[in-house]
Amino acid sequence: MSVDLSLLPDGGVGWLDASGAHADIVLSTRIRLARNLEGYAFTGRARDGERLRVLAQVREAVTSVSSLDQAVMYRLDELAPSARALLHERHLVSKELAGLDTQHPLRSGAAVFLADGLGLMVNEEDHLRLQALRSGFALQEAFAAIDKLDRDLGGRVPYSYHGEFGFLTACPTNVGTGMRGSVLIHLPGLVLTKEIGKVLASLQQMGLTYRGLYGEGSEVVGNFFQISNQTTLGRSEEELLDQLLRVVGHVVEREAEARRVLLRDAGYIIEDKLWRAYGTLRYARSLTFDEAMNYLSGVRLAVGLKLMSSLSVYTLNKLLIFSQAAHLAYAEGRALTESETNLARARYVRRALDEEAGSVG
Amino acid sequence: MLCDSCRERDAVVHLTTIESNAVHQLHLCERCAADRGVETTVATPKHPLAEFLHQQVPVPNTDNIRCTFCNTTMADFRATGRWGCARCYSHFEVGIRELLRRVHGNHRHVGRAYRPPMSESLERAAVLGELKDRLRRAIEGEQFELAADLRDRIRVLE
Repeated sequence: MSVDLSLLPDGGVGWLDASGAHADIVLSTRIRLARNLEGYAFTGRARDGERLRVLAQVREAVTSVSSLDQAVMYRLDELAPSARALLHERHLVSKELAGLDTQHPLRSGAAVFLADGLGLMVNEEDHLRLQALRSGFALQEAFAAIDKLDRDLGGRVPYSYHGEFGFLTACPTNVGTGMRGSVLIHLPGLVLTKEIGKVLASLQQMGLTYRGLYGEGSEVVGNFFQISNQTTLGRSEEELLDQLLRVVGHVVEREAEARRVLLRDAGYIIEDKLWRAYGTLRYARSLTFDEAMNYLSGVRLAVGLKLMSSLSVYTLNKLLIFSQAAHLAYAEGRALTESETNLARARYVRRALDEEAGSVG
Repeated sequence: MLCDSCRERDAVVHLTTIESNAVHQLHLCERCAADRGVETTVATPKHPLAEFLHQQVPVPNTDNIRCTFCNTTMADFRATGRWGCARCYSHFEVGIRELLRRVHGNHRHVGRAYRPPMSESLERAAVLGELKDRLRRAIEGEQFELAADLRDRIRVLE
């Protein structure tokens, strides 16, 4: 079965619209809560029938949860691999739920409910993974939305909860609040000024950690980092978010400062480099994913530095998502080989930049 | 217990085989087991987190404990880095407390407290779900008298 993306509330990409604070540096904010249902083994240990019962119970409960009343549900276990990859590329489902992770084959009962800026994954590593996604740096807004969903849902299905350990999860690293707040942030200034090592080391001292674009185990490409809280137990949700807010706020300031320094001390070198990145994207005939990410990173920096005036951050954000393999195949309406993907990517990027080109410069 | 094969060294490997519907038990020392091609080294965890946990969790005397709900053992946990169900947290409570202290620097949840919905309301939700199903069927079957009755009962419950 394929997936009709036009059915997704806000196309599933409202979080890319470049609204929200510091949108030139912070792409998006995500908060997720891990929850399990009482009475079943955790997903990895559960039998097929148990997972299907979990899904049935959640489906019933969701009908009376207001923030999901417009939600669209997808059964991942009934979708073709290309459709699952599409949802994963939009950051709407995890690699594990999409069955794209070699260690975790697709599970029966794997499903996702998607509403405006909210998602509920069923039968991920935990029975439930609630997530809120927002554009820009918006931890409080994301938390308010997810907390409401959590209270509504938790009032309709019984969560596994322990007086001492808090919300119980399959992996002990998520137990307690079950909360992971993460901020997707673009740090080319700190990378170019070679300050990034120090910044990342200090994150770890502050109880935070970082990952690449796609979370756990993913590589850092295009200078995009996901910064998130490392621990989930022993501090309240508010304390964890406060810490993340403060530290990421500080990283944003350092990035802005690094950009000012770059422009002041190496203005023409930077300007030349970034225009070359733009030139490559504008005219290349074949682009690998990593190449595209790295050049897009350069162009995004140029826009942040106001070196390119009328290219919008929104366009760049969309390019990040739509130039990925599954999206290109979806647009072309057929499966693509790797070299065809690279050609299609270059064509797509060229076209998107052409459309905005008239006034660039 | 001595090794069934050499009768010299202590048996450390206990092998159960089933051949033509008969169960054979063989107790072997490490060397004789290796000679027969039996893997004797403890399975090393493939998961990086499990590896980390492997070093962190004090385990020796809990290896035989099984979670009575999901059958998970400490060895399963070390191999996957995942607990099997919520009851595991009670079965392996002591080890888990220590593990959480090491992973999070703390073992006590101080975030939002939670009380599961009362079973009464759960039951009511189940009854409501059933009544709504029957209502749907009644309307489909044009049994309007029954539908009206069901609607009244739903109204009372809601």
